[in-house]
Amino acid sequence: MGQYIVRRLLQAIPMLLIVSILLFALVNLAPGGPLSQYSRSRRMTAERAAALKRQFGLDKPLAVQYIVWLVGNDWMAIDTDGNGITDSYGTRKGVLRGDFGFSYNTREPVLNEIFDRLPNTIYLMTVTLIVVGIVAIPVGIISAVKQYSKFDLTATTLSFMGQAIPEFWLGLLLILFFYAILENPFTGESLFPPGGMYTIGEDFSIWDRIHHLILPVTMGMVGWVAWYSRFLRSSMLDVKNQDYMRTARAKGASERKVLYKHGLKNALIPLVTMFALDFPYIFAGSLYVEIIFSWPGMGRLYYNAATARDYPILLAVLIIGAVIILISNLLADIGYAFLDPRVRFD
Amino acid sequence: MTKSETLDKHQDLTAETTTSRSPESMSAVVWRRFRRHPGAVAGAIVLSIIVIAVLLAPLSPYDPVKSDIKNRYQAPSIEHPFGTDGLGRDLLTRVLYGGRVSLFVGVMVVIITSIIGIPTGMVAGYFGGWVDNILMRILDAALALPTLLVLILLSAILREADVPYLKSNSVMTIAIVIGILSWMTVARLVRAIFLSLRETEYVTAARALGASTFVIMVAEILPNGFGPIIVEATLGIGYAIMIESGLSFLGFGIMPPTPSWGNLLSNAQSHLIEYPWLAIFPGLMIFLTIIAINYIGDGLRDALDPYKVFSKIKE
Repeated sequence: MGQYIVRRLLQAIPMLLIVSILLFALVNLAPGGPLSQYSRSRRMTAERAAALKRQFGLDKPLAVQYIVWLVGNDWMAIDTDGNGITDSYGTRKGVLRGDFGFSYNTREPVLNEIFDRLPNTIYLMTVTLIVVGIVAIPVGIISAVKQYSKFDLTATTLSFMGQAIPEFWLGLLLILFFYAILENPFTGESLFPPGGMYTIGEDFSIWDRIHHLILPVTMGMVGWVAWYSRFLRSSMLDVKNQDYMRTARAKGASERKVLYKHGLKNALIPLVTMFALDFPYIFAGSLYVEIIFSWPGMGRLYYNAATARDYPILLAVLIIGAVIILISNLLADIGYAFLDPRVRFD
Repeated sequence: MTKSETLDKHQDLTAETTTSRSPESMSAVVWRRFRRHPGAVAGAIVLSIIVIAVLLAPLSPYDPVKSDIKNRYQAPSIEHPFGTDGLGRDLLTRVLYGGRVSLFVGVMVVIITSIIGIPTGMVAGYFGGWVDNILMRILDAALALPTLLVLILLSAILREADVPYLKSNSVMTIAIVIGILSWMTVARLVRAIFLSLRETEYVTAARALGASTFVIMVAEILPNGFGPIIVEATLGIGYAIMIESGLSFLGFGIMPPTPSWGNLLSNAQSHLIEYPWLAIFPGLMIFLTIIAINYIGDGLRDALDPYKVFSKIKE
């Protein structure tokens, strides 16, 4: 198993390099490139532009720029004033040493910007995923155990709707109903706030946090509850007629024990794999939630960076996204092999 | 027993089988099974109504783009069933014209993903070995891209760049960009089909008869995989409409004044409370279209693959 993990990790590295080359090239082929931001300034002269270009290493071919981006240029002598004599060393450390450069807009290190927002996204995602599990798992089990019952038919219809509803539209509807239309009967205020993580200017309170979480979490969970309850239902149905279930029944185990101990345990295996594969998409999906509910997370950071063409931030988030996807795929395979002893490592 | 008697008996037998069970064409079988699925039939009816309404959009007495400031923000009424927007344009007309764009993108994306994905999957699955290995590594790399984020980036770049043939944010550009980032599912499915069918008897028979590799792939194996490919393509239209409307909602897809279901929603958020109809109707159209497509896909899956053979090999 250890060998298998190492081999898969080694396979992931060239993959990541290819993806990073692709993304780097895309971002740098954008018109104006990284300097388009500066050219809007009135104080910008041709000489200053040229000096900046040399300082950023933009006078070099794209391949060299990629290497500088990857491993930095503090070991390279560069010629900032353009007189042909190298006069100083570069200042960039490169992505591999955690230097993603500076945001064009705030002039802050990209990594700082990301670490400012990341906890907020993780906070939102964690709560959403817990709620998804709490709702989807029982619904999926009951639907399968009582196949074609009223409950099953209702759950099936609702899950079709949940998978078809556009997430952003759902968010707008939630704000419309729970902020604009419904009122809290005691205070006459809106039932739920239309955005933000907490009430600004008030002391920390758990209730206030929960109050602000309910709508964004509802928006984020609907599609995934629909998908996972369906998935678990069909996975339970597959398991229902397996030989080992019959054996367990023949040995006299109670129906309850057969279903939950033998059935559910096996039905959850594909769910775990599926969840690992879906994880990056759940993460990316928080983009809509964060934009609609003004949640200060990674999704909004990316969206604002795209609007302002803040390429260092875009590139960093994309690379982090690719890393998350590759790790999730790896975890899915390992988890599958770990949970299902029939899977061989080869 | 004479020879003629045997012959008569034989004829009787064939006559009996043909009268009692008239041979049914494949499409008739599929249609019969599809009809038994009430959700699928309802979905087909809803989708047909939407498609016809969208095609008839030019019959509307209102202009989808020209503004009419006198009639700004009219609530839904008999003259304007969906109300009007901030420039006084009839929302129903704009929703119908937007539907043309959204449905066109949906279909176009599926065509593009099929053009890329089907041949890739065929070659990878049939030849296997190092060809398969290389193609699958490319596929893995494509899957490692966070789709939504890359789409936003590409669209931001295309807005400034002058790329030949990809006019910035035209409907076709958006379809191409989405298509290039979503061919992987189709390729995987077709590969799985080819992997499981290439060793079957009829393929061996065709090979023994001297059929060329190309003929075996296109005429022998591919038609037998049509069922799951059609199901995948149907669901793909819904997926593409969802992605396009999401992108346009964020302002990175189809740009106004061309309406699309997504960008009609993007202006709606700022006026959500005063003019809720601006948000309700375009979103409702996306929702109805996708739910109809999903039900149709589900019905087609039951009709084309009743024993769930192919839904298993997908994994």
